[in-house]
Amino acid sequence: MSAALQVEGLNRAFGALPVTRDVSLTLERGARRALIGPNGAGKTTLVNLITGALKPHSGRVALNEEDITTLSQADRARRGLARTFQINQLFRGLSVLENLCMTIGERDGHCNNLWRSAGSRRVVIDEALDHLDSLCLTDDALKLVRELPYGRQRLVEIAIALAQKPRVLLLDEPAAGVPSSESHLILDVVAALDPDIAVLIIEHDMDVVFRFAKEITVMVQGAVFTQGTPEEIMNNEQVRAVYLGQKGHQGGRHG
Amino acid sequence: MAASDVMNGTDRGLARERAAEYLLSRHRFRVAEALPWLVAIAAFFIVPDRMTFGSQVLIMVMFALSLDLILGYAGIVTLGHAAFFGIGAYTVGLAAARLQWSEPISGLFVAAIAAAIVGFITGWFLLRYRGLTLLMLTLATAIMLQETGNLRSDISGGYDGLPGLMFKPLLGAFDYDLYGHTYYLYVLAVLAVVFYFVRRIVYSPFGQALTGIRENVRRMHAIGSPVHRRLVAVYTIAAAIAGVAGALFTQTNAYVTLTVFDFDNSAKVMVMLILGGTGRLYGAFVGAAVYMVLEDYFSKLSPTFWQFGIGLLLVLVVLFARRGVLGLFESVGELLTKGKKR
Repeated sequence: MSAALQVEGLNRAFGALPVTRDVSLTLERGARRALIGPNGAGKTTLVNLITGALKPHSGRVALNEEDITTLSQADRARRGLARTFQINQLFRGLSVLENLCMTIGERDGHCNNLWRSAGSRRVVIDEALDHLDSLCLTDDALKLVRELPYGRQRLVEIAIALAQKPRVLLLDEPAAGVPSSESHLILDVVAALDPDIAVLIIEHDMDVVFRFAKEITVMVQGAVFTQGTPEEIMNNEQVRAVYLGQKGHQGGRHG
Repeated sequence: MAASDVMNGTDRGLARERAAEYLLSRHRFRVAEALPWLVAIAAFFIVPDRMTFGSQVLIMVMFALSLDLILGYAGIVTLGHAAFFGIGAYTVGLAAARLQWSEPISGLFVAAIAAAIVGFITGWFLLRYRGLTLLMLTLATAIMLQETGNLRSDISGGYDGLPGLMFKPLLGAFDYDLYGHTYYLYVLAVLAVVFYFVRRIVYSPFGQALTGIRENVRRMHAIGSPVHRRLVAVYTIAAAIAGVAGALFTQTNAYVTLTVFDFDNSAKVMVMLILGGTGRLYGAFVGAAVYMVLEDYFSKLSPTFWQFGIGLLLVLVVLFARRGVLGLFESVGELLTKGKKR
């Protein structure tokens, strides 16, 4: 199997504070890896470095064997790297359907077209509706995103990432802020993802992590603390000490 | 969610069809869209002696429309849009005064190209910035162009401008008349063509992407949109349209001075657009018409204090109709339809 995503020796500091320290990580094709660690461990920063929202001070990122370290966020996204944000980043003033059509339009390069009407491509609209169908969002298709409850907005966030048809998907706490009565839907979606997509999920809920992940990476203070199978992590005394021991610590979820 | 879980196949099909229909039909022309054009044509017959003024209103509509494309749709805040109006105005002015190129229609094309080139170059540099920084940089660009004209007053005519320009008859047949009838129809025709272009752009996938940049630029980056390229593209197009408006300004007035580059001109067009409503296509029509007519009325009423009236109007709009006159109509319309449903 070839590596879908390869991160080698990434370093990044904010001023004098090192937030990512020599992080290396490999996602094989179809990987299901969870990234866990206490608050402030640098998980979201790592996602930002991988997607190109932040530039690393040293190190290398490769997507499908291609070095993408110097590429822009958009170029990386067009090569099949998608993410969801920890805090929703949506087109709040547009309808749910438009959010999806926009994504598909950018993915397929339609948005370079200044002349043809956006509404004249039935294929795009149908595909957008298919994505919404699979997340039970069809009824909300014409609602503005800002009119939806937060949990539903969270689903739109995932729908957008899936509509990008990614090869590598980075999920930053997909169920954060969603009432538990609705979070099962999000987690079902995550569990049913195309087995070909390599997925990295940041999650605090250990039940979800152990149900979903085949491999787990633990980060502490900006560095990879350890990685292994769920069993290995569960039985690792040190991990228990730094992280798993802090059960019930679900309050401030800022990674 | 419970509702959609129990929803059967046909209901879902209907919901899909309804959603798709909305997007499929959104770009079609609606009957109400004929209204501003009917008003413009009616004005030609009702107040035939005010057609010179009418031409100026239509020119400002076009100028505001170009600003709507970048401000209302792409969310680019600029205080230097007069730069492109001025480039267009001086392109035809200099061509007529120095090169004896006084054919009006080809002049519009040259003005559009000149303004587009300046728009592309300045946009490529400036559109990396946003907010206040961008505001200052665009303002500085317009001032620099104005001062360049001032520096080479041997060519530009300085602050005295280029008076008494002569343009050839339109299409070689229709000459300028005292009441400006010919030019009114000429400007109206050009506006119609420009509007058709802008409307196509707004409803195109490219136009949608601009809205996306306005709504959430981080998300646009994340879905792979070349944001900077899109912004430069629309800035260039808006510059070209502003250039055409400027060219028409010179042609209808038969003179041009460096005041076209004034900060006043940039600010005025923004006020017009905000007055009418941004991101709505027709906000430019309403805003420019209301502003110009009131300015005309107030300045006759009180030649010294006319700006007070405009100022008061702006305060009222900002306090009670944040989305402009059109936004106010929309809110009232929504209230009425909601009332009906109950």
